[in-house]
Amino acid sequence: MSDVSFVRTEMLPEQAPPASEVGAIGWIRHNLFSGWFNSILTLISLYAIYYVLSGVLPWVFQSVWNANSLNECREIMMATWGSTHGHACWAVINDRWLQLLFGFYPSHLYWRPIVALLLLLVALAPVLYSDRVPTKMLIFSAIYPFLMVWLMWGGTIWGPISAALGFVVGWGVYTLVSKQLSGLFGIILGVLASVVWWLVISSYFASAMASIIPIGIEAVQSRQFGGFMLAILLGVVAIGVSLPIGIVLALGRQSDLLIVKYLCVGFIEFIRGVPLITLLFVASLLLNLFLPPGTNFDIILRVMIMMTLFSAAYMAEVIRGGLAALPRGQYEGADSLGLNYWQAQRLIIMPQALKISIPGIVSTFIGIFKDTTLVSIIGLFDVIGLASAIRADTAWNGIYWELFAFIAALFFVVCFSMSRYSMYLERKLQTGHR
Amino acid sequence: MTTLTDPPKEQFRLSMLLYDTRYRSATIQVIALIGFMLLAAWIISNTIQNLEALGKPVEFGFFGESASYDINQRLLEYSSQDSHLRAAFIGLLNTLVVAVLGCITATIVGVLVGVLRLSNNWLVARIMTVYVEMFRNVPVLLWIVLAMAILIEGLPAPNAFRGDNPTATMDLFNSVAVTNRGVYIPEFLFSRSLGDIHLFGTSSIRFDVSLDLIAFLIVLGGSIFTMRKVSAWAAAKQEATGDRPKIWHIQLGILFVPMIILLAALGFHLGYPELKGFNFKGGTHMRNSLIALWLALSLYTAAFIAEIVRAGILAISKGQSEAAAALGLRPGRIMRLVILPQALRVIIPPMISNYLNLTKNSSLAIAVGYMDITGTLGGITMNQTGRELECVLLLMLVYLCISLSISAVMNWYNNRVKLVER
Repeated sequence: MSDVSFVRTEMLPEQAPPASEVGAIGWIRHNLFSGWFNSILTLISLYAIYYVLSGVLPWVFQSVWNANSLNECREIMMATWGSTHGHACWAVINDRWLQLLFGFYPSHLYWRPIVALLLLLVALAPVLYSDRVPTKMLIFSAIYPFLMVWLMWGGTIWGPISAALGFVVGWGVYTLVSKQLSGLFGIILGVLASVVWWLVISSYFASAMASIIPIGIEAVQSRQFGGFMLAILLGVVAIGVSLPIGIVLALGRQSDLLIVKYLCVGFIEFIRGVPLITLLFVASLLLNLFLPPGTNFDIILRVMIMMTLFSAAYMAEVIRGGLAALPRGQYEGADSLGLNYWQAQRLIIMPQALKISIPGIVSTFIGIFKDTTLVSIIGLFDVIGLASAIRADTAWNGIYWELFAFIAALFFVVCFSMSRYSMYLERKLQTGHR
Repeated sequence: MTTLTDPPKEQFRLSMLLYDTRYRSATIQVIALIGFMLLAAWIISNTIQNLEALGKPVEFGFFGESASYDINQRLLEYSSQDSHLRAAFIGLLNTLVVAVLGCITATIVGVLVGVLRLSNNWLVARIMTVYVEMFRNVPVLLWIVLAMAILIEGLPAPNAFRGDNPTATMDLFNSVAVTNRGVYIPEFLFSRSLGDIHLFGTSSIRFDVSLDLIAFLIVLGGSIFTMRKVSAWAAAKQEATGDRPKIWHIQLGILFVPMIILLAALGFHLGYPELKGFNFKGGTHMRNSLIALWLALSLYTAAFIAEIVRAGILAISKGQSEAAAALGLRPGRIMRLVILPQALRVIIPPMISNYLNLTKNSSLAIAVGYMDITGTLGGITMNQTGRELECVLLLMLVYLCISLSISAVMNWYNNRVKLVER
């Protein structure tokens, strides 16, 4: 009997994996055709994509860019493709895009909102990318709000300067008093000094300075504001102001002081319980009733106030969520280090709570930016209001897809980049735990 | 031996109100309260002065006056001779109609999209992502106005259905007519109807309740009660013997047989819309404004609900389903007994707050002319009577009541399903 046992002495060469398991084919098999149900889903999706693209692509690209009215557009379409169906008439955007962006802002002054927008990006840089931009740039961010008001509304430069001086006066009084007496007195007197400055002195100061050194640019009325510019203006103000107010409200709601707590709860729940549109009705119809007789201030300013209050209430709830998510030990640790309330909040609690609530904060930002379109209902000409006006125009009567696609694209770009930025920020601040 | 002596009694000084932490909180609260009351008093006195100057004292008498405007989409009978209060009530019902319809559709679409976004199928997951991002990043007002524009400009006029060679045809076996004046759907009719009962006489909130509907609901309730009894019996039997009896066919029978018998007894049939003259007659007419609002709100909210559902499912750790499988549960049972109860705890609260958002967003009806509470009370009534203060405050109060009752439901649910921690 010969020995039939066989022992392999050398290893077999490694074989390439089967072609159906790797590469494009393997990926397709695993992700698209892994079973009969998945295959059906894939086929349905492919058909849906084909259906949508076959409608949209010719519509977008076989389109008319130069015409003065919808009828002219249709004539060109008939002449070129033999049908008016399935072709976009981008001529309306070509004709009106400046109006959609700037409203009725005087066309020779378009540079001002553009400069304000560019400076906004500069002012935001040290806030958004704190690790790459020098901290000294924050001084510019502090000046920016006054600069923006001056650029947008024009007029004399002394108005914004005297408003800014109110903060300087308050700060001066605070430092002076808190050295002499105590911090609490300093805060009270500082706030009082600012309020006195704004209510009593600032208008005289501004008019006096304006008559001595007249520096100014052409003034623009609020009713000339409109278009996407208005959405950005309202959005930036509401976002920028509501975050600090929201933090204060959230702290108030979490505090042990019963009366303060219930005032905050009442405010937050009231604002969150009513739709924004009713608050805008208040801005346009009632706010003047609530103020001393004879006061009549700008509709855009009134809308800004109501939108800020609205988003502050939502912000407060988001931040309260962040505060509640912090483990109790953080508060106790801060106490055991001997920090007082504000030190603990500033150094221990807020940095962590805000980090936890970034996604919520940004989605509140996106929400309030989208909600700026509601001002079209109380008669301001933002993009949607302008779109209705253009659709009512005899030249463009009957057009809607092109206009709304353009507007939707504007909002999509801004909101989508905000949500991407929040993801970047979450990744950057990720410390490995929580 | 030492004795404890009382610490020296401290004299109360005024500065302790500020520097002693025992008193400081009281000081701050008193200051806050006084500040708030001063602010409120200032606003109220300003308002009274301003209203006096305008010659419009606050009073609600205008609610009794005749509204003299028409509401074309309504649930209850209403004519332009009815009072403003009646108009507001009809508007409130319209708000609730669109809110309920929207919530149901948004939930169905949202859950579907949320689950599909987690699908293993790469293509389906991407398409759903596109849907979610597209709807979340564009204002809801734009969707509403766009939906209205599509319905008005893009759909055939009723006269396109006319003639021997109509350019448009009715859908779903000639029962639904989709026109640019609205959608006509079949209505429910009963040839042996039990009639109506009239509630609240001739007051502004009078409404008729169909006895057919009540009978239907009673039978449905009875069926559901019996079904629960049957499944309790099955569960008891499973506890006792270990075998779970098959009951699904019994359950279906209990649910449908009494219902069908009742409908047959009442002579149930559908009334189809028909083209007569220039327009469709018969059937239920849903106006474009209602459909645009409903579609836009539900598709918009569905994008948010999809994200909530996705997050809720992802929040349940894989160990849970593995542990359930290790206990020997079948996949369906794992889903129903282990995954869903935990996922729902995460999903329901944000879902309800989205329902709340949808209800509040339904106030945008005013942009497309749907007569909800904002369109009646905050729109035409306010413009006709010039009573801005009363109308806006009442409008806020109505929405606040709706919101607070939804939050109350949410808190009750939260407390019920709250994790009892060690």
